[in-house]
Amino acid sequence: MKNLLGIVFSNMHEHMVSDLTPHRCMGSVPVGGRYRLIDFVLSTLANSGVEDVGVITKTNYQSLMDHLGNGREWDLSRKTGGLAILPPFSRTETGMYRGRIEALYGIMGYLRSSPATHVITCDCDMLFNTTYDDMLLSHVETGADITVMYKKMPLIGEVSKDTCVLSVEENGRVRDVMVAPPLSGEQNVYLNIMIISKSLLEYLVSSCFSRNQYSFERDILQAGARQYHINAYEYTGYISRFSSLQTYYDANLALLDSEVRSQLFPREMPIYTKVRDEAPVRYGLGSKVSNSLLADGCVVEGEVENSVLFRGVTVGKGAKVKNSVIMQGTTIGEGSSLEWVMTDKNVTVRESRMLTGFQTYPVYIAKGSVI
Amino acid sequence: MLKLNKKKWIAMILAGGQGSRLLSLTKRLAKPAVPFGGKYRIIDFTLSNCVNSGIDTVGVLTQYQPLLLNEYIGNGQPWDLDRVHGGVFVLPPYQQSSGSDWYTGTANAIYQNLQFIQRYDPDYVLILSGDHIYKMDYSKMLKFHRQHQADCTIATLEVPRHEADRFGILASDEEGRITSFEEKPAQPKSNMASMGIYIFSTKTLVRYLEEDALDDASSKDFGKNIIPAMLGSGARLFAYPFEGYWKDVGTIDSLWEANMDLLDPSMPLDLGDPQWRIYARNAVRPPQYVGRDAVVQNSIVTEGAEIYGEVDFSVLFAGVVVEPGATVRDSIVMPGTVIRSGAVVDYAIIAEGCEIGRGARVGSRPEDTPDKSLWGVTVIAEGVTVAPGAVVPAKAVVDGDWNIGSAVVLDAPEPAEKEAGEVVRA
Repeated sequence: MKNLLGIVFSNMHEHMVSDLTPHRCMGSVPVGGRYRLIDFVLSTLANSGVEDVGVITKTNYQSLMDHLGNGREWDLSRKTGGLAILPPFSRTETGMYRGRIEALYGIMGYLRSSPATHVITCDCDMLFNTTYDDMLLSHVETGADITVMYKKMPLIGEVSKDTCVLSVEENGRVRDVMVAPPLSGEQNVYLNIMIISKSLLEYLVSSCFSRNQYSFERDILQAGARQYHINAYEYTGYISRFSSLQTYYDANLALLDSEVRSQLFPREMPIYTKVRDEAPVRYGLGSKVSNSLLADGCVVEGEVENSVLFRGVTVGKGAKVKNSVIMQGTTIGEGSSLEWVMTDKNVTVRESRMLTGFQTYPVYIAKGSVI
Repeated sequence: MLKLNKKKWIAMILAGGQGSRLLSLTKRLAKPAVPFGGKYRIIDFTLSNCVNSGIDTVGVLTQYQPLLLNEYIGNGQPWDLDRVHGGVFVLPPYQQSSGSDWYTGTANAIYQNLQFIQRYDPDYVLILSGDHIYKMDYSKMLKFHRQHQADCTIATLEVPRHEADRFGILASDEEGRITSFEEKPAQPKSNMASMGIYIFSTKTLVRYLEEDALDDASSKDFGKNIIPAMLGSGARLFAYPFEGYWKDVGTIDSLWEANMDLLDPSMPLDLGDPQWRIYARNAVRPPQYVGRDAVVQNSIVTEGAEIYGEVDFSVLFAGVVVEPGATVRDSIVMPGTVIRSGAVVDYAIIAEGCEIGRGARVGSRPEDTPDKSLWGVTVIAEGVTVAPGAVVPAKAVVDGDWNIGSAVVLDAPEPAEKEAGEVVRA
């Protein structure tokens, strides 16, 4: 799809999982044993044949750049186009962007120089897998100005300020857009994935910028719902969105369900990620592993149950890890016991330590901690 | 003037061998491309050693079933061998104005690619085999070669006396200078064996290869012709002692053993060493999943595998599925193979993309086999389906679908030691 340009917002929604994002952006939050959140977005774009992708960054994007490299793993290392990392484009009138519109205004040069006719924008706050061929077709066939992807899902508890709910007419046209509405029950939740013609996007961004408007959701989708033809496209596959540390934890453990894995990782739509050349997992004498997901580089000599082990995790003899999410490079010493725990990268749990959280309140241990 | 393409040294990997002693495993792919150790192929070890030793230009000489090996090596990126100046090159035999020829021996394979070597004008050429499992820092060997102002340095290893007749056996003086070399001697004088790893000073190499090419009686082999010729004319040949794990995986038994060696925690070949990684072209797969009632011990398993049954002392490759109630012990299961419920696999090597049906039995345990002469590792070739309930006995080699009552072919005939066109290890 040479005619489609992908734009990925790598920083949106970081405040939702602020524990995980003091030193990294949303896109580089580790997930699912061997991935970063941006892998899902980039892989869906690559699997849809999108060959030009710009990644908008704001802060803490060093780990993201390290992860992405030149985009080769996603087949986005191209002579013309391919992956472009777009650092904050600072100049006096924009400064650090406040919202999508200003971020897009900052990359106007990149947008203008693209030969694409349409733009698809995505965020990095969810696990999902799809291709965009159908959505683009729907956009073209309906003659819409903007096509937004949504999913019917229940809203529970307080609705976060990052949640947009669409009210959709029978013909699929969006009648209203509500930002963080006081609603509950099953709603049409906007997934922050949108297709728009490049010329309209350029026009809207410039015109909003001139009015000091910066929120795409409020100033374009909400304000323009009657003026523009906004077409709603339903995503029916598996999704988990990260709106808190708890949902992040739940999303990782949800991968233990084979039905979830088969929807997220079908053979014909692989999720690509950076190759780290770790050795295969070594299961030692007396290791006891059940209902767990393990990435390469792990060495297991103890017990692991209902857990996700990222790359290069070591579980010592007699150690027990249960209902936990253990990120890359964590070492769990002999005889230690962890239950309802999330460790960030490179945590060292020394011998005979006991850590216990609760299902609805998992203990989070910051990157590099020694216990 | 800086010559960008001038290299201190380059490596030439002999990867043309059919590996006929690996029987059906090498029916459709060359021996260096045989999967090994969960996520690798055999040649990954040599390629990774090259890169980790600081070599950036590598020629891979192929001739038998090169398709998969070509595809696998590709542009060399997984080994960091996609370089602006140099990199990895697959070198099949080609047609020249003087005619064309298969590689008729190890020396001939290098001789036919002298032009490739000369393009990089290296001071030294490292000759390697693509079918050994080991970690070795060739830069130490090069240092040794330069210190001794050698014309040729041969890496050596002490082998058990009773196996010495399988190798090129050499003797050296106190300084390390080689005094005699015998290829596969009936009566070995020592147990110092050539590993088939040579460093030549380029000028010497070119001279001896050109002289050897004119000799119609020569079998164009490093061990049989080049090395003896150099010794005969008083060239400076030195033996470089290698210490560490090294295995030639040329037979079913040695391939099985080398995989099993990886399961030993005290093994000196540490795959996880961040200072000396073994690189491979990775499968794009999700992490491995171990099911609720699974039992996995003493094994190595890689990405995409799903284990619901019992796995002990085994090596499982990408995407292998072991269904509930299935048992895999002391076995090697290559990418994408499915072991159905209730199947039992013992002492077997199962190649890529096979299906072992429900309740089938593949291989047997030595303790369950009264007549030990009938026992051995069972081999299931690529893409074979073993029918539900079928029994494949020990030592069988199966390269077509296997049903209940299929005829047992025990003890596949010993193939000739060297086949026409096969590049053998010196």
